[in-house]
Order: sequence, then structure tokens, then C-alpha cells
Amino acid sequence: MIVKRLARWLDERLGAARFVSTALNKVFPDHWSFMLGEVAMYCFVILVLTGIYLTFFFTPGTKEVVYNGSYAPLKGVSMSQAYESVMRISFDVRAGLVMRQIHHWAALLFVGAIIAHLMRIFFTGAFRRPREINWMIGVTLLILAIANGFTGYSLPDDQLSGTGLRIAYSVVISVPVVGVWSAFLIFGGEFPGNEVLTRFFVIHILIVPAAITALLTAHLAILVRQKHTQFRGKARKERNVVGARLWPTFTAKTLGLFFFVFAVCAALGGLAQINPVWIWGPFQPAAVSAGSQPDWYVGWLEGSLRLLPEWETRAFGHEIPNPFYSGVLLPGVTFMLLYAWPLLEARFTRDRDEHHLLDRPRDRPVRTAIGIAALAFYGVLFIAGGNDVLAARFEVSVNWITNILRVALFVLPVVFGYFTYRLCKELSARSPTAGEPEPSPGSELIMRTEEGGYVEVEEPVGPARS
Amino acid sequence: MSDDPQERRATYRTALAFGVTAVASVGLFVTYAFGGQEQIEGALLAVALGGLGFGFVEVAKHLLPQGPYVEEREPLASSEDEQLAFAADFERGEGWMSRRGFVVKVLGVAAGAIGLAALLPIRSLGPNPGNSLFRTKWRRGALVVDEQGKPVSVDTLEVGGAITVFPEDHLEVEDSQTILIRLSRSDVVTRSGREEWAPQGYVALSKVCTHAGCPVGLYQQQFKKLLCPCHQSTFSVPEGGKPTFGPATRSLPQLPLMFDSQGLLRARSDYQEPVGPGFWDRGT
Repeated sequence: MIVKRLARWLDERLGAARFVSTALNKVFPDHWSFMLGEVAMYCFVILVLTGIYLTFFFTPGTKEVVYNGSYAPLKGVSMSQAYESVMRISFDVRAGLVMRQIHHWAALLFVGAIIAHLMRIFFTGAFRRPREINWMIGVTLLILAIANGFTGYSLPDDQLSGTGLRIAYSVVISVPVVGVWSAFLIFGGEFPGNEVLTRFFVIHILIVPAAITALLTAHLAILVRQKHTQFRGKARKERNVVGARLWPTFTAKTLGLFFFVFAVCAALGGLAQINPVWIWGPFQPAAVSAGSQPDWYVGWLEGSLRLLPEWETRAFGHEIPNPFYSGVLLPGVTFMLLYAWPLLEARFTRDRDEHHLLDRPRDRPVRTAIGIAALAFYGVLFIAGGNDVLAARFEVSVNWITNILRVALFVLPVVFGYFTYRLCKELSARSPTAGEPEPSPGSELIMRTEEGGYVEVEEPVGPARS
Repeated sequence: MSDDPQERRATYRTALAFGVTAVASVGLFVTYAFGGQEQIEGALLAVALGGLGFGFVEVAKHLLPQGPYVEEREPLASSEDEQLAFAADFERGEGWMSRRGFVVKVLGVAAGAIGLAALLPIRSLGPNPGNSLFRTKWRRGALVVDEQGKPVSVDTLEVGGAITVFPEDHLEVEDSQTILIRLSRSDVVTRSGREEWAPQGYVALSKVCTHAGCPVGLYQQQFKKLLCPCHQSTFSVPEGGKPTFGPATRSLPQLPLMFDSQGLLRARSDYQEPVGPGFWDRGT
């Protein structure tokens, strides 16, 4: 009753009934892999919620203060305001630690879900016309998510984050011509610089989240406009979308997913310790611990810094130092290729048609092989980011592991790519019907009549068509 | 309530799930009121949210219309008429622009100029690098002190020992951190021009890695090598910090040392090349 009156009140002022009822009837095709993007979006929601809470207690200052909180081992130790406030959040703010840990876990999951979503889009060809724009927005969102992860990781001003910043600074000054100036402008002077924490704080809590919100909105608006892709199947055609309506079924389902994602983050945040900064200690420039590892999504860059041999360019009185190639060029080329992929594929396959039905990966052996080869390449880089940990675990020399990985970086992608190609060919030849599922007994089809009504159509249960 | 037993069971399960959420939330209240405990908070929050998640999925799967529903996909591109209408609408402004090309060009110049002017405040973000990457806090005669600020004398280190040192009054200054290692005098491979730099086998090398700037913190006494824990660049101490493995291309700069008349270790000068990672204008 109340709802009805409120709806009428709103409609008299906004005239929204027609628009909203179109929205409520929007059809979402059902497939588990379509949830990956939703998981990423819900991680972002969780990050914003927990992040707001943390903002109330965090101080992004470099001024030295003496710790006097309830964590006994660091009592009387001099540290930056930033580190001190993180200690306060962890030990003296009620529910502070669980919020901090949920925030960190959600960030790890956020980037993971984005990459899984990207892989789903890539391997099923969902980036093809007309969805190239949304692919590029998605790649930008990935970059922003990684950037926000790194700036957030840097804020506590603990030993690990200081080491990460030190490496980032070195990578920035390695850029030809403008590197040193850029580093001085970003850090507010020579490393460590007094401004970097305040600036990263603003970037982390305002600039990047605002950009993510704007692009995410565009991502979803374009998705609504273009409607979902779907896998081939009964009654699914290029010209239609088959699935559940937004209201009420899909809404309930996706709310359920949101709460599950949040529950997983809460369980991890409460029960699985992450980034215990009180163990790393406050940042001291002359200290570093063995086995320093970044968050997982920076691992491939860490690995590329470790694997590149001692190459650099010196000519005409100038030099391009080693970290430029591993820390700037490699990620630059990586993201450029990602941005350009839909255009590159359209050019090489000469397929510029609209596609709304998804490919099975096996039916596009070349694309699938390239994707798997790329995953192998970045997988090796990721493993190389922990070469010292591996060496310690398996009691072999770091140099040996590094040399093996240098070879593997080029051999494994070729091997993986070749076998993927063969496997795809084989699988595709075995089931050429492009995956029409057998209709399950009693399944009904609802068709729209020409008058706009809906009728149920009973489909006879029969053998799979071939 | 429905007579379909399946639907009734789903309804019970949903109610149970939401009930679990309510109970877990009460638990959260209690935990929080008693001062909080992060494991219990996390676990209860997970149960509470999981209850909601389970309940909603139960509703979606068993209690709501399943479809499948079919939605037609309209063509994305506008019809030819719409495109023509758009072109006509746009022409109202665009026509003016092509007729008054000169004004539009001046406007372009104005926009570019104001954009460039708006960029200038970026300069305020940081100081001019000047020669700051070429200098450290070491000076001729600077007293070498350890991390507590204690001066270093001849017998501070045994042969094989290593400590981190700074110039006096500049403790913890990032670019001045130096690792001081005592080798037996016969192990030091002196290079020409550096004969006097390592008195009594005391070799001082910049602790800032020449690859990516991490502190080169691990001294492997047995091999007389320094290892950077970040990217595993390895440097030979007897050979003046020459890189022997990993991504570093350049030797760790060596700080020239001397003992004063009281037997305390002092720097002969600043480092004679920039410390730390390379950059464009470093000079080779």
C-alpha cells in the first residue's frame, strides 16, 4: 500500500513508470561465467564501504610520532603518523582490524575477479563488434584497479610499502628525458619525499575511485544498451536474449551473489591474517627483509624486474636504465596490446560483423592458443616474482631458478600455445554442433506473441539434434 | 502458502537462512559491546551475510518465475531517417563553424593556450631536481657512524663483519646509507685511483642498489658478496661492488675512507658518482 502510494507520488513527478518497467523486464542470460564481472563490481562496493570506515581513522602524515598504543612490542618506537594510525586502527579501533583486513582481501579479490572476467570476455569473443568500446573501458578499469591497489598498499608506511615505493620511484626515474622530473613532482622531492603519502591518499580515496565509479557506470550503461551476449543454445539467436528478467528473479539472484561475495570477504578478513604491518615494522630506508613480496597483482611486474638480465642502453651521454624495460615498457606494451586486441583480431580475421552469440574457446583455436600463451608468459613472470621464496623452499640457488625462468619465459608460452591449439582442434572436431544442450525434460519456452503477450510453448523432449 | 511441497521446503529454507542472519547479527552486537574481537566479528559477519546470500539465491531459484524469457534484440544502429535527422540537427551549429572557420581557429588557439597555462601549477608539486641525485650527505672529513650514531674505529669490525653506516648528523638519510665491510687486506682488489680508499680492509659501498634502489642488505660473508633482497642483484665486495648476477648493470659506488689521527673512520669525500639506480642524465 505504502509502496503503491510512493510509486504514484514519484511517477507524478518523474513520469518514470514506463522507463522503469522496461528496465524491470530486461533479460539476463544465465551462465556461471557471467557472474565474474558482477563479483568484481560487488568487490568494489565492499571496498568503498570498508574504505569509508578506514578513512575516518587514517592519517596520511609523515611526521614522526612516538607510538603509545596497546601493541606492546612497538611501544616507545618512533614512527610516521600514517603507520601510527594504522596501528591504532589495527589494535585500538573497535572492528578496525576486521575492516582493514576485509578491505585488503576485497582488493585482492577485486583485481582477481576483473582478470577472470577479462579472460571470460577474451576466450568467448565477447569483445567483438559492437562491444569494442566496453572492452577498452574494461581494460582501463583493470589499470585503475591495479593503480588503486598499489596506492593503498603504500599508505600504511610500513617496511613493505616503503620498499614498494622505493622501487616505484626507481622505475619512474628510469623513464627517458622526463623521468627524474616526474619522480620529483610525484614524490615532492628526492625519495622518500614528504608529500607522497598525502598525494597517494588523495589518489587512493578520491581520484581513482571516482574514475572507477564513472567508468563502471559507463560500462553498465553500454551493457544495458547493447544487451548481453549469450552462449549458443536452444532458442538463442543472434537477434534475441534468453534468460531471467531483471525483476524479480535476477535481482534476487544477484543480491544473493553480493551477500556471498561479502560473506567470503568477511570470513577472510576475520579469519585469515593479511598484511600484519606490526610485524613488518615502520619504514626505515636502510632496512629491508628477504622475501619481500608485493600484492599478487603486482607480482608479474616484480617478476619482470627480477628476470631481465643486466641490460641497459647508454649512448650520447644518456642512459636508459634497466628498470625502464622491465617496469615501464613491458606493462606499457601489455596494456596497449590489450586495448588493441579487438581491432587487431578484426583486422586479421577480417570479421567485422556484429556478434551477440559467444564462441566456445575450442572453436577459435588461434585466439584461444594466443590467450593461453599469454597466460603462460605472465604466469612465468608471476612465479619469477617469488624466485627467492622458491629458492628457499626448494633449497636451490636463486641464480639457478632465475636462469631457468628466463628460458621458461619464452619456451612455455610456445609449448602451451601449441598444445592448446591442438587440443582445441581435436575438441572442436569431436563436437561440431557448437554446444546445443539437450533440452531438459519438462522445460518450457516462453515466447512473445505478436500482440506483445507471452505464451508458454511446450517443447517435446527429444534426442539432441545434430 | 503454496501447496507445492518443493516450494514449501524452499520457503522454510529461506526463512531459516534469514533467521540465521538475525541470530548472527545479534551475536555481532554482543561481540562489539564487549570490546570486539576480530576473528569472532569476521566469522559472525560472514555467517550473517552468508545467510542473506543463501536466502536470496533460494528465493531466486525456487520461488520466483524461472522463464526463460526471450527479449528481442533491436538493431543498434539508428535508421537512415534518424541519421539524416541527426545530421540536419547538427548542421545548425556545424554550418556556422565551417562558415566562420577563422573564429574557430582562434578559439582553438585560445583553448590550447589556456590549457597550457592551466598546466603550470603542476610545477609546484616538487622542487627542481638540480644536482640532488648527484650528491649525498657525505662530505670530505665526514665522521662515519653506525645506526646508533656511534663513530667507527679500527677495531669496530672483525674481518668478515659488516654494518650499515651514515655520515654523522645524517642518520637514516636514504641516499647516504652505506654498507661498511671489513675484508682481510689481501682480499681487496684495488682499482687504479682507489688504492687508498679501503684502509685496514674497510670497504664502504653505497647501500642503495644500482638496479631499483632497494637497500642491498644481505652480506654473504662466505662469498664476500652483497645481495639485494628485492631483485637478487649480487655484487662482489672485493672487486669494489662489481655486479656478478641479476639485473643490476653498475657497480655499487665506493666511498673513499681514511682514518683520522684519533683512529676514527672518516670519508675522504662524497661518492664520486651518483648512487642508486640510473636515470637519463646520469652521464656514463
